[in-house]
Amino acid sequence: MNSVEISHLRKDFGRFTAVADLSFTVKQGEVLGFLGPNGAGKSTTMKMITGFLTPTAGTAKICGFDILSQPIDAKKKIGYLPEGAPAYPDMNPEDFLNFIAEIRGLQGDIKRKRVREVIEKVNLGNVAHQSIDTLSKGYKRRVGLAQAILHDPDVLILDEPTDGLDPNQKHEVRTLIKNMAKEKVIILSTHILEEVNAVCTRAIIIANGKIVADGTPEQLEAKSPQKRLDDVFRSMTM
Amino acid sequence: MDNINIIFKRELNGYFSTPIAYVFIVIFLLLSGVFTFHLGGFFGRGQADLQAFFTFHPWLYLFLIPALSMRLWAEERKSGSIELILTLPISITDAVLGKFLAAWAFTGIALALTFPMWITVNYLGSPDNMVIVAGYIGSLLMAGGFLAMGSSISALTKNQVIAFIISVVVCLMFILSGLPMVLDFFNGWASQTIVDVISSFSFLTHFNAMSKGVIDLRDLVYFISLMAFWLFANIVFIEMKKAD
Ligand SMILES: Nc1ncnc2c1ncn2[C@@H]1O[C@H](COP(=O)(O)OP(=O)(O)O)[C@@H](O)[C@H]1O
Ligand SMILES: [Mg+2]
Repeated sequence: MNSVEISHLRKDFGRFTAVADLSFTVKQGEVLGFLGPNGAGKSTTMKMITGFLTPTAGTAKICGFDILSQPIDAKKKIGYLPEGAPAYPDMNPEDFLNFIAEIRGLQGDIKRKRVREVIEKVNLGNVAHQSIDTLSKGYKRRVGLAQAILHDPDVLILDEPTDGLDPNQKHEVRTLIKNMAKEKVIILSTHILEEVNAVCTRAIIIANGKIVADGTPEQLEAKSPQKRLDDVFRSMTM
Repeated sequence: MDNINIIFKRELNGYFSTPIAYVFIVIFLLLSGVFTFHLGGFFGRGQADLQAFFTFHPWLYLFLIPALSMRLWAEERKSGSIELILTLPISITDAVLGKFLAAWAFTGIALALTFPMWITVNYLGSPDNMVIVAGYIGSLLMAGGFLAMGSSISALTKNQVIAFIISVVVCLMFILSGLPMVLDFFNGWASQTIVDVISSFSFLTHFNAMSKGVIDLRDLVYFISLMAFWLFANIVFIEMKKAD
């Protein structure tokens, strides 16, 4: 059973605590919306879960593999879209995805087939041979998304996957996420509340590096008299 | 090994997909020509060898190698792709080695393109070609040493200009410590052992012997341990400050 178990995760930058003692578990089939105002510690948490940042304390287990003591095994399980969807700007999407596919251990025909599939899945076909630094923000985000889902990972970690996309693109990405949800663990960060209702089965709200609410979107909405998520968000994070 | 190879291929292709490769190679060839024929008095020497060519390599590398190495890690930091590469299932060692080897192979290509020089001396006279081979090996090893330093320094910053300047300064120290002028300065008051240690750290001391055709095991060990040391430092630097 795929899972992400986070226990007592903490990150200090100097004297400043960006993430304070975070613990939660996400199971297969769940799409967890990681909510919080800017600077709440969402990206920092994701960077620790994916092995980019070393936690000050605590750890994360990815399908049983500890990200600190078994980083390579854990990273194999993860598909990660970092904030801002970084890539190699001089490459074109197809070459870039081929490179990622090789690192992910795909070769030959399987590699080519898989790269073609994801290019189609995220609608990159018409820019597949154009260098990434000339692509619009929406296309860059899709390249990042394609890279994250390329090896059909058990765990998907997406840092603001729909940031900067137009409404149609947002809809496409959300559909994509929903279609993959069943056999995966998905954690996505966002500060767009409608996204939670649209794709998430569960939401965690964090503020100042701490969990302030955790539940299904309905449970969270129930906390406000008007049954509105924004009200809950505001009252929790102000 | 696989991962190193995949990174290596991507990086090497990267050089040729931007103007960097061509600019570097053209400048490298131009400057080697100017140094050899103009400053080195290639024809005036009346000798069939490539001494005039190799003598200037340390100085040529002093600026050209940091120009190449400055982007190795600084650019990954700047563009954020360091986050991508360090969250892929590869070790930092693989990434460091793959990038370093690609840069080294690239300088190897630039060096190989000086072959008309070699043909010229063979056309004009009958040089000892083994001496020339030793010179090329020495030059390549020295380039590797410079590159390993530069790569390591590039890992410390996201600013390529800073990486360039610090690399030039560090490389300069490794060259200067072998110059008679500098050694004379120490000769005045330091013991012979200290002077020997200082000069033994220098690229010049080790490279000069090789450029004259002497391949001494100690010189090989020097360059290889120098590369190993700086690449190890590179890995530690990345590990220590991944994120900022
Ligand atoms: N490398 C860093 N050095 C110092 N402070 C940092 C660093 N990275 C993030 N922070 C700080 O940590 C806090 C949380 O940041 P982040 O996780 O990016 O928030 P979010 O993604 O929720 O908007 C912010 O206040 C940010 O300024
Ligand atoms: Mg963020």
